[in-house]
Amino acid sequence: MLSFLIRRLLQTIPTVLAVVLLVFVLFSVVPGSIVSSMSDDSDPQVELRLKKQRGLDDPVYVRFGSYVAKLATGDFGTSFRTREPVTAMIAKRAWPTLQLIFAAMAFAIVIGVPLGFIAALQPGSIVDTLAMVVAVSGLSIAKFWLGLVLMYLFALKLGWLPSFGYGDGGLKYLLLPAVTLGVSPMALLARTTRAAVLEIMTADFVRTARSKGMSETRVVKWHVMRNALVLILTTMGLQFGALMGQAVVVEKLFSWPGIGSLLVDSVLQRDIPAVQGSILVVVLAFLAINLLIDVLYGVIDPRIRYA
Amino acid sequence: MMFRMFAIVAGLGLALAATAEAQTPRKGGTIRMTAPYGSSFTSLDIHTTQRAQDEIYAKALHRSLYIWNSAEGKPVLELAKEVTVSGGGLVHTFKLRDDAYFHNGRKMTADDIIWSYNRIMDGTKAYPGARFVRVIEGAAAVEKGQAKEISGLKKIDDFTLEMKLTEKVDPGFYFFTALTSIYPADEGAKESFIQKPIGLGPFKFVEHVPGSRIVLERWDRFYKPGKPYADKIIVSIMGEAAARDVAFRNKEIDTSVLGPAQYVAYQADADLKGTIVEVAEVFTRYMGMNPAFKPFADKRVRQAINYAIDTDLIISKLVKGKAYRATSWLPLTAPAYDKAMKPYAYDPAKAKQLLTEAGYPSGFEFEWTTSQNESWGLPIVSAVIPMLDKVGIKAKVKQVETAVLAEVVRSGDYQAFIYSQASGPDPQAALKCFHSSTPQPACNYTNFKNADFDKLVDEAGQADDPAKRVQLLQKANALLYEEAPVWFFNYNKAVMAVQPWLKGIQLNATELTHQNVEDLWVDETSPAK
Repeated sequence: MLSFLIRRLLQTIPTVLAVVLLVFVLFSVVPGSIVSSMSDDSDPQVELRLKKQRGLDDPVYVRFGSYVAKLATGDFGTSFRTREPVTAMIAKRAWPTLQLIFAAMAFAIVIGVPLGFIAALQPGSIVDTLAMVVAVSGLSIAKFWLGLVLMYLFALKLGWLPSFGYGDGGLKYLLLPAVTLGVSPMALLARTTRAAVLEIMTADFVRTARSKGMSETRVVKWHVMRNALVLILTTMGLQFGALMGQAVVVEKLFSWPGIGSLLVDSVLQRDIPAVQGSILVVVLAFLAINLLIDVLYGVIDPRIRYA
Repeated sequence: MMFRMFAIVAGLGLALAATAEAQTPRKGGTIRMTAPYGSSFTSLDIHTTQRAQDEIYAKALHRSLYIWNSAEGKPVLELAKEVTVSGGGLVHTFKLRDDAYFHNGRKMTADDIIWSYNRIMDGTKAYPGARFVRVIEGAAAVEKGQAKEISGLKKIDDFTLEMKLTEKVDPGFYFFTALTSIYPADEGAKESFIQKPIGLGPFKFVEHVPGSRIVLERWDRFYKPGKPYADKIIVSIMGEAAARDVAFRNKEIDTSVLGPAQYVAYQADADLKGTIVEVAEVFTRYMGMNPAFKPFADKRVRQAINYAIDTDLIISKLVKGKAYRATSWLPLTAPAYDKAMKPYAYDPAKAKQLLTEAGYPSGFEFEWTTSQNESWGLPIVSAVIPMLDKVGIKAKVKQVETAVLAEVVRSGDYQAFIYSQASGPDPQAALKCFHSSTPQPACNYTNFKNADFDKLVDEAGQADDPAKRVQLLQKANALLYEEAPVWFFNYNKAVMAVQPWLKGIQLNATELTHQNVEDLWVDETSPAK
């Protein structure tokens, strides 16, 4: 297991380096000066001094080298806008984003996986049809619109929940943004689970298990569920990554203080170090989750470890 | 009155204001304001940020030498009790307040003002307030690293400060925004200051949840007796208009800035109509024309464009009436605004005639750089294009992000652009943007050069008699109208919905969301505890 983990970790390094290079190059060619991000008062002398001070007048390869060296020590640079270390800015936003994503994923798993199972166990039934209507709707509805509808219903009409804000970070503030964000992965998980279970139910080993006189409950529990989990985990892993990106819209809509809203404002104000830092953190989180999923594969299906 | 206000208050908004004056302010309660211009505050170091968004909280936390008085429509002394002017109008001696305490309990002195202005001029930091402090003699040398202290600032004693300016201007217009807030010299230098800022304002810092809110509580040693009224202020960041709308209707927030679509909806809603407050802000929206592009070098072509566009139609249909028609550059609230002046009429025939006289009978083609802004961007450009087409002028759209547009405008890398630019509150400074000595990147975005205009603005700057100054600026503004370096589109009408329990809202023409919060109070019907 350890060698599997080390192998997967080593495989991650080229991806991280490629992302670092891409993010750096992309934002090196973006037009605009550092001063325009800091002030609308463009004194050429001040701009020259700032560029020199921050090494922005160095050749691009020197800047990249210095950027990578700093990254290696966890230094994402200093924000053009706030003059604060980007690491500190991201650190303040990381927990709310994680809260939101985990809550959304929990909602998606708790609702989506059972829904898919139930639908697959009764294919063609009304339950199956209803479950798939929910799934297709969940995938089609725009998050912004859904968020507004939930606000309208649960805050304005029913008065059960606040319509926006972080409050004390408690559940009543988290519910609406988490459900808004979680509906789409919930729908995808429901569809994936249904498809996986339906396919496995007709597999040879399931037929064999049944022919050996195993009860249907044991068949589903020991053969179908375990085998479906690999596909479900894959979907979950991909959805975690997707949620990091989709959280931008939800955070902005609900005034949720996560990395997404930091990224949006940094892009709009061309705060390049903050944008680079935010993107890198999102990518690293995505890679970490995928690594975790890969490890879980190995736990569920030992054949993957030795492949 | 130096600065006239044409603030227009809708429906119950007027009644609310009148009632507020008649009532005795209530002590206590929480004011829940919103910051609508983005997803976060830039920084808790207000010297670093020029965004209107950040000044919303800064009005509660900090104080500058002057403050904007919305009722009088001009900046008035805030941290000084009096000022005497000498040295041919260049030397201002301030008698500072001796009762202003920072939130750490220390009394403010002249040293704090000197320290703060020196900090702002640190050329290695590019603080945006430098453009204001630069008016003090010796400030530019500090910025360039040629001096360590601003020579034009002299401490006479702890509560007397002498300030020597480089030109004869009203320093009030330079030192009233939060960009020139006064920090405590000892605390402001510490790293911890950015996490827990200390100011002189009526409310002290409690908490900042980045991307969500700032919470402040009453500072009991604030220098205005009996103020502030409220116990607490929460400024929530709410960049999405639709989310703000739900929260306002749900009584979770006390103020909400309205965009054109909501303005129409609130006007049509009997329950919400009375919450609307509106004011003509000092921003002019326009299409700038580059004189280096041959057709635009001819005044007749620029005038033709003004005649070819049905501006009133665009304002009523596209902007939903949430703007005032621009005549020339200076907005309605400027003292030099000439009420008798009429805007360019919609007259395509006249436009055609002018184009023919200028040598473009078949028109010409130009590239128009625009952002996506709903009030002064792509939707407006899309509406104007067919109007220009009718007189033979073809416009090709070049769409860029707002931040990129700002860069384009400053660099002059355009044939035409559409933009919103501050045209006040100081009319002299606003018109000086068109002075030939003003570099294009500073604010002379259309690279306007006209000797007669320069002369009028220079004479206005030297005039000691305010009436004479206004007269000269009026002439300069009229000359600008005649020269038409831009298509004069509109002046922004800022609209905000205010809950009936929030009293004391000021019609601030510089930015409606910037409220002197010590004058605000909530009555007992407020649902906030």
